[in-house]
Amino acid sequence: MSKVVSARQRAETRLGWLLAGPAFIIMLLVTLYPILQAVWDSLFSFRLTAPDDRELVWLKNYGVIFSDAIFWRDLGVTLLITVVTVAVELVLGFALALVMHKALKSVRGLVRTAILIPYGIITVVSAFSWYYMFDIKSGFINSWFDWIPGIGADTNWFANAGTSLFVIMASEIWKTTPFISLLLLAGLAQVPDELTEAAEVDGATWWERMKRVILPNMKAAIMVALLFRALDAFRIFDNVFIMTNGAYGTEVLSLLAYRTSIGRLEIGLGSAVSVILFICVLLITFVAVKLFKVDLAGSRGVK
Amino acid sequence: MAKKETTKTKVLWAIATIVVVVYALFPVASILMTSFKTPSDLTNGKFLPTTFSTVNYEQILVGDAQGLFLSSLRNSIGIALIATVIAVVLATLCAYAIARLDFPGKKLILTTALAVSIFPVISIVTPLFNVWRTIGLYDTWLGLIIPYLSLTLPISIWTLAAFFRQIPWELEQAAQVDGATHWQAFRKAIVPLAAPGVFTTAIIAFFIAWNDFVYGISLTSTEAARPVPAALAFFTGASQFESPTGAISAAAIIVTIPVVVLVLLFQRQIVSGLTQGAVKG
Repeated sequence: MSKVVSARQRAETRLGWLLAGPAFIIMLLVTLYPILQAVWDSLFSFRLTAPDDRELVWLKNYGVIFSDAIFWRDLGVTLLITVVTVAVELVLGFALALVMHKALKSVRGLVRTAILIPYGIITVVSAFSWYYMFDIKSGFINSWFDWIPGIGADTNWFANAGTSLFVIMASEIWKTTPFISLLLLAGLAQVPDELTEAAEVDGATWWERMKRVILPNMKAAIMVALLFRALDAFRIFDNVFIMTNGAYGTEVLSLLAYRTSIGRLEIGLGSAVSVILFICVLLITFVAVKLFKVDLAGSRGVK
Repeated sequence: MAKKETTKTKVLWAIATIVVVVYALFPVASILMTSFKTPSDLTNGKFLPTTFSTVNYEQILVGDAQGLFLSSLRNSIGIALIATVIAVVLATLCAYAIARLDFPGKKLILTTALAVSIFPVISIVTPLFNVWRTIGLYDTWLGLIIPYLSLTLPISIWTLAAFFRQIPWELEQAAQVDGATHWQAFRKAIVPLAAPGVFTTAIIAFFIAWNDFVYGISLTSTEAARPVPAALAFFTGASQFESPTGAISAAAIIVTIPVVVLVLLFQRQIVSGLTQGAVKG
């Protein structure tokens, strides 16, 4: 009897791997292999322009990077963008989710359709759109808001770090808030109506209901949304590339990696930046999972 | 009293809805207006063009910039579609196995998919750039399709696994009891239930491939494989003296049209796909 069961189990395992194997192997090939290659390359002093001078230097590339002020500045800019955009998106996305959750039936479809458009639009297109709005030559923001002190026809938003980062973050927030608000909407839908109604009957104010009933019940959704957005924001590239290409102290880590390896063909040094970026992403995930107890697998459907 | 209250609420909700719609569409409207401006109008400092002109569209569709734009459009459509099809076929098999069969390694596969989806693209692109140049995949369609799988496969597996878990697989057995063959039972009972999920996943995967920028600018160098987002970034305009603002805006609008059409047609499915793949409680 048990022999029959185990034979069936073996067949099921074989079929399982036969079906799932190709996807699994391709995922390993397109990511695990390149990242291992990057780790290996990062140990060499290697420029594509001088391939014969390839030399094993162990961790020297990392030393060069960590002692360079540009790396720390870029890390700071990346962290700033991550923290600000995720914080704003959480508030804005929650407000949007509330509107969608409570919106009258007749307009619910319209709101959801509208909000999906930023999600679907190419980031590069969104970046150009925001760039042209604020650009000193083709923009209309300056003439619309010239009543605000400090803004005039000759305000050049892309001439210093502060204002450039403001526009970069605004476009990032516009583009990705829909995603966070859809996740939060799914979380809101999971809060049992009886709980909110019971609280209302007991005389709890809107704010009390929010704090005591709704938010605690959607903690998992909030955490997952936060983590995924934070990881995304940390990898920001397209907006910065289009708007400033890293000028005036707006460079982010992804751009540094790109500029070093593909721009200047310093494969060794660039690979080291790539590996550092990858480790940062792992750290963020690890901290989120441990500290905030995000059950990543559970909330993504693994039983 | 109560009636007045609902009218007031209705007005408030209407305002909230308008605010949301304006928020979502304003940047798109802005670039749409820019795309209709004549070169002399581009610097008028206004939102609207003084005269609506199609000169920018002519430039990229039939004019000087035609070769550049149309080839990148062809590349984008071809590469994104092929990457989507491969990802969805492989992910369907994989998600079916995960939802339906019991075998060791299931969790490993899902965790790997999750890990791949948090990989920074830029970390993968440096070694690929080097390897692709050595083996001749640099600046080819295949050279982009393969890395695009790292973007489209994980989310496809997650979304489909979430969809497939909700399918009542007993239907299949019931159909077999009623005399259908294995294949008939699967085709009649399961395929109709699974098809919407597969289709939704394909749309989401296509959006992701269509949106790629880092691979596009790093692994291509000519019109042979350069996709639209990368072409936009390197677009230099018709002449040295003319800013390409208008042409880029027109091109941006053209590549946004498929997105808007898909969203309008399938908004309900896209929302359920996105939230099921991401948060499933």
